[in-house]
Amino acid sequence: MSTAISRQQVQSRDLSGAPIAEMPHRAPVSIARTRNLKKSYGNVVALDNLNLDIRPGELLALLGPNGAGKTTLVRTLLGVARPDSGSVSVFGVDPYHGQIQGRLGAMLQVGRVPETLKVREHIDLFSSYYPNPLLLKETFEIAGLTEIKDRPYGELSGGQKQRVLFGIAICGNPDLLFLDEPTVGLDVEARRLMWSQIRSLIARGKTVLLTTHYLNEADALADRILVLNQGAIIAEGTPAEIKARAMGKQIRCTSRLTLEEVRQIQGVLSVKADRNAFELQVNAAEPVVRELLQRDSWLADLEVTNAGLEEAFLALTQNHNAESKEN
Amino acid sequence: MAATTFPVALATPRRSLSRTFALYAKEAKYELINKTRIPIYAISTVVFPLMFYVLFGIVLGHDNPANRGETATYVLATMGCFGVMAVALFGFGVSLAMERGQGWMQMKRASPMPISAYFLAKLFAAVVFSTVIMLLLLTVGILFGGVHLSAATAAKLVGILVAGSIPFSAMGLAIGYFAKPNSAPAVVNLVYLPMSFCSGLWIPLFLLPHGLQVLATFLPPFHLAQLALNTVGLAPNPTPSWGHVEALITFTLVCLGVAAWGYRRDEGKTYG
Repeated sequence: MSTAISRQQVQSRDLSGAPIAEMPHRAPVSIARTRNLKKSYGNVVALDNLNLDIRPGELLALLGPNGAGKTTLVRTLLGVARPDSGSVSVFGVDPYHGQIQGRLGAMLQVGRVPETLKVREHIDLFSSYYPNPLLLKETFEIAGLTEIKDRPYGELSGGQKQRVLFGIAICGNPDLLFLDEPTVGLDVEARRLMWSQIRSLIARGKTVLLTTHYLNEADALADRILVLNQGAIIAEGTPAEIKARAMGKQIRCTSRLTLEEVRQIQGVLSVKADRNAFELQVNAAEPVVRELLQRDSWLADLEVTNAGLEEAFLALTQNHNAESKEN
Repeated sequence: MAATTFPVALATPRRSLSRTFALYAKEAKYELINKTRIPIYAISTVVFPLMFYVLFGIVLGHDNPANRGETATYVLATMGCFGVMAVALFGFGVSLAMERGQGWMQMKRASPMPISAYFLAKLFAAVVFSTVIMLLLLTVGILFGGVHLSAATAAKLVGILVAGSIPFSAMGLAIGYFAKPNSAPAVVNLVYLPMSFCSGLWIPLFLLPHGLQVLATFLPPFHLAQLALNTVGLAPNPTPSWGHVEALITFTLVCLGVAAWGYRRDEGKTYG
């Protein structure tokens, strides 16, 4: 387990953002990277000059709406799809031509898995593909399959099926995992369970690239978020940074002003009113608060918060689309 | 690609030889288990040839007691060919089309599984199913149809027909790379049934119109059936076996070429 220990050390240093002391070059470390990656399907541009770095030990979330290019990027990093141009390197190897899959695990969106095979049989088979797999028992425990290991895949619930795919991704004890929309279609409880399983991977020193179109998922799990839209990265940062950058604030207060008066204040994007209680969406809070206080000396219960992540994300992608249309 | 320095061990661990062997064995084992557990596959590949053999080879042959055994032996060769074709065409064609079209193939390709393990496992399953079918037909023929074959001849017949699953596996592969998952069974049937009829597998060729007899020489099942009939000494117009072997090899290579084209085409595509 010496590699696991050294990976843990790497992780803790790297997550602080500091370059690693032993490294000969004080450059940011990445275990997977793409440079100027381009990929089109016919007229549809899936990836547009994409530059990405995955750092060891991090959980990187790739956040974007459907069709943003998330799955294509994962497929390219896995060596399943070939880029039109640009370079891909995973552990220093071009995954399309080299043999690197033994160190990777993948949970992809699969329409249909052979249903007659039992959970145990699926895991046993995929474990056999890898040079140093986990023990079956370990995989069952980590993925929460112990109870259902003797059941045919076709008889499982949606959440259980996702756990089997998760088990398939981890059974080879890979260093780098790709989880493509791991919780899509799951109910709240199943999603929470999957989250805790994903967190346990990071605790084991794994590196994870997660794609999702759920903001709360990226926020709950990720060290770093990349927002992908139309095949390009439009924002990057910690979940807090993404929130702060994207967007606006929400102001709540009680006031004697009328709804119309509040609406006319410059910088107010939208207002909801319940009698004299107001809820305002704004870009920047300070000028609006100043204006509110100036107009209404009775103003009370003032509260400024970040807008919810959902709104942030919508703002992010919509602004970007609007900008690109203007250009 | 420029080398980059990484903090984690760079060397990708290699699979040991024994693990590689275990991988191929497991892939084959689970492919076989999977197929035996799919009722529609097991029934359509095992029960149909058996049923047709009983009807065409044994029940119809009863009317003519003089050459009852001969009819049963003739139909054993042709129905054996029919059965082996179904195993290979459905086993490769339909299952590949489904696993490709529904994303399962992608999971396999994202894993370190050698693609040869996948194809060899399917071939292994086809060989096992073909052998089972041939042994069943042979048993029924001997017990109820008056088939008399020496052990060597019987073994040769089974061997030839089981080996005959190779060209049709190649054909299934080619179909599997181009058919959509939902239409694959229909496509296979559209190829399989008319081709079987026109190759004289249901009704002996000499009873068919001359045009069909000429057409048959272009169809692979005809060549496999001729090989089988030569073995039991019942080919109506015996022709040298090597010509049929050559035809089947050519056909196999053409199908593999088409499949290889499909395989490459697949790589640039999105999956469903």
